Order: sequence, then structure tokens, then C-alpha cells
Amino acid sequence: MTTPNTPLWEVFIRSRNGLAHKHVGSLHASDATMALLAARDIYTRRGEGLSIWVVPSTAITASDPAEKGMMFEPAESKIYRHPTFYEVPEEVGHM
Amino acid sequence: MYTQALNTADTDDRGLEDAAKAAQFQARIDAEERIEPNDWMPAAYRKTLTRQISQHAHSEIVGMLPEGNWITRAPTLRRKAALLAKVQDECGHGLYLYAAAETLGTSREELVDAMLSGKAKYSSIFNYPTLSWADIGTIGWLVDGAAIMNQIPLCRCSYGPYARAMIRVCKEESFHQRQGYEIMLTLCRGSDEQKAMAQDALNRWWWPVLMMFGPPDATSQHSDTSTKWKIKRFSNDELRQKFGDATVPQAQYLGLTIPDPGMTQDAEGHWRYSEIDWTEFKQVLAGNGPCNRDRMAARRKSHDEGAWVREAAAAYAAKRAQRQTAQAAE
Repeated sequence: MTTPNTPLWEVFIRSRNGLAHKHVGSLHASDATMALLAARDIYTRRGEGLSIWVVPSTAITASDPAEKGMMFEPAESKIYRHPTFYEVPEEVGHM
Repeated sequence: MYTQALNTADTDDRGLEDAAKAAQFQARIDAEERIEPNDWMPAAYRKTLTRQISQHAHSEIVGMLPEGNWITRAPTLRRKAALLAKVQDECGHGLYLYAAAETLGTSREELVDAMLSGKAKYSSIFNYPTLSWADIGTIGWLVDGAAIMNQIPLCRCSYGPYARAMIRVCKEESFHQRQGYEIMLTLCRGSDEQKAMAQDALNRWWWPVLMMFGPPDATSQHSDTSTKWKIKRFSNDELRQKFGDATVPQAQYLGLTIPDPGMTQDAEGHWRYSEIDWTEFKQVLAGNGPCNRDRMAARRKSHDEGAWVREAAAAYAAKRAQRQTAQAAE
């Protein structure tokens, strides 16, 4: 190949129901404008969204899966952060 | 977030593999956990999946050719719009799959080059010609029907990016099968000539479609480890039987005859097909099918003729980046 590999972009789409932009996949494009056009063609052929973000894949910093124990364990032991940890008598009703 | 940069830095599985890591990996698979791009995986798992997903992607792209052949000759505007949308979908499916394959650390450019050089394969079915409009109906009904049968279990494949790509593909694919069956139904309710055209297409496609599921279980090379790794959930013969059982009643409804005089229904209701001619399958895989050379020539021509577009887009992006750097320096 004489031309260098085309950069990779991650695509995020906000669906009609007003939720946050969600990662839907990736694609190759030489620049941001072409990435947006390609994202429309590849990921919204059936009206999947009202807004698209494209982000260069190299701009994403990811956590290391090998360290996921250390990273997420502190949250797992803190069950008192969930509402079900607390007892409320049934007579009180829904709370 | 499956960047190539992250994956190429991964040198874990070059050289001797850690037996403890391999056991841990298998335990995750057995627990139905999904494997993600940057997780540790055996080199053979990576290699098997890269081959399988990229072949799947090549098949979607080459699969556009036999159908694209009929876009300009579709009988009505409604049929033309539907066929155009279907071929566009196949292109989209190819791209989802290339993206999934790339997360394993091989670039799309390398994957495409492997196909264009003939090193990587694509599905044998796309080496058959589309001779009449009824072939377009048959492809939607049977070829896409067989693909769905194969792809639904892949939605639960152990490799996360492949499973997610398959979920999108399956959602879109059911329109393909229904539009094909509708074409067949219209032909079968039409004139005698139209019905004969539908029967002729079924006669030519039936056996090649059964071959799509791959060699019989007794001779398949990759099945054992793929099953252990939960890439594969059903064997080739199991899927083939499911497909046969689903398809025979659909053919009966159309009033068409499956071109297999030896086919019988057993006591459990399964439709048992006759012996498949595996020499034909091997010939087509070896490059000697009716359209192998045409398909490869068409792909190479399209790739070569698109080179200036890729180069121009890259040059424009480089120029803009340079201008931005210059402006920032002012």
C-alpha cells in the first residue's frame, strides 16, 4: 500500500428518545467531515438517531482491563450505596 | 473504543502462552462472559476469529455483486428501491464486520488486501450467477435465509465486538428475506412462464445454498475448538437441518418443488435431504466455480478505480491539518 492507513473514528449516536449519545461502532475516514457523512450512511440507514458524534479513536484513553479488579472493587464492597441496604417498614409504603 | 493502537501494543500472546492465563480464559468463556478486544486471549483464538470475521466481511462485500447485477433491470420502481436498499445494507454489514475484525489487531487495509490477492476466502455461494429476476427472489429467500440461520447463534458468540455486529446485522437482515419471498410469491402467482422461472431459480440455487453451511460435521476442521471457545453454538449439519426444516414448508406454500427427489420427512418431522455433492463445493472454493474469476476481477477493478478517491481524501486532510498547524503558530 502506498497510501497510509485511513484513520479510525468512533461513532456515537443520540437516539430519538432523548437519551445520551451511545457508542455504536467505528469507521475509517480521512477527516472529520467525511467521518460524519460515512457515519450517517453506515449507522443511521433506518432513522436510528437525531445527532451523531465522531471522535478520533486515538483521542480515547481507556482503562486497562488487566487492572479492572483494582479499578472497580472499591465500589463493589459498598453495598450501603444502594437503596435496598436500608430497611423501611412496609406500613410506611413506597419510598 | 477498539483502537488499533491499543491492540498493536499487545505482545502478550507472542511466544509461549501462559497455561494459567489460558485456563482463566477458558473459565471466562465457560461462564458465558464476553471477551473484549483488549482482554488477554490465546493467539489461536485471535487468529481463528480474524479469519472468520474477515471472511464474513468479504462475503458481504462480494455478495453485493450478484444482486447489483439486477438493480438497473428490476421490474418496478418499488422492487428497484428495495433491491438498492438491500445491496446498501450488505455494504454496511461488510463495514460493521471489518470494524469488528480490526479490533483483533489487523488493519482493514491488510484484510482487504488479503481478499484481493486471493489469500482470504469469501462464501462459495457468491460464485454462482444471477441469470433471471427470479434469482434475486431466491437469493433473498434462501441465501439470506441461510445466512440468518447461521448468524442468529453468532449474536451470542464469545467475542463481544462480533456478537454486537451480528445483532445489528440480524435486525436488518429479516427485511432481506421477506423481500425475496415476496418476489417469489408474486412470480408463483403469475403466469406459467413466471412460475417456471421461479422453479428454475430454485433448481439452480437449492444445492449451493445447502453447501453454504460448510462441510459435513465428520470432516470439518475448525469446529471442535470453535465450539469450545463458544464462537460456534451449533454444528454445520445441525444448522443445515434447521434450515431445511424451515424452508420446505415455505417452498410448498409457493407451490414449488425442492429439486431433491430423494427428500423424505422422517417420523420426527425433519426433512432429510439426499447426499450433497461435496466435489462441487470443493471446486468452487478452489476458485473453479462459475463466477470466481468475474467476482475477483470486479472487486480488484473497483478497488483500483477507487484509489484516486482515497489518495485525494488523504491529501486534502493532510493539507487542512497543515493549515491548522500554521494558523495555530501565528
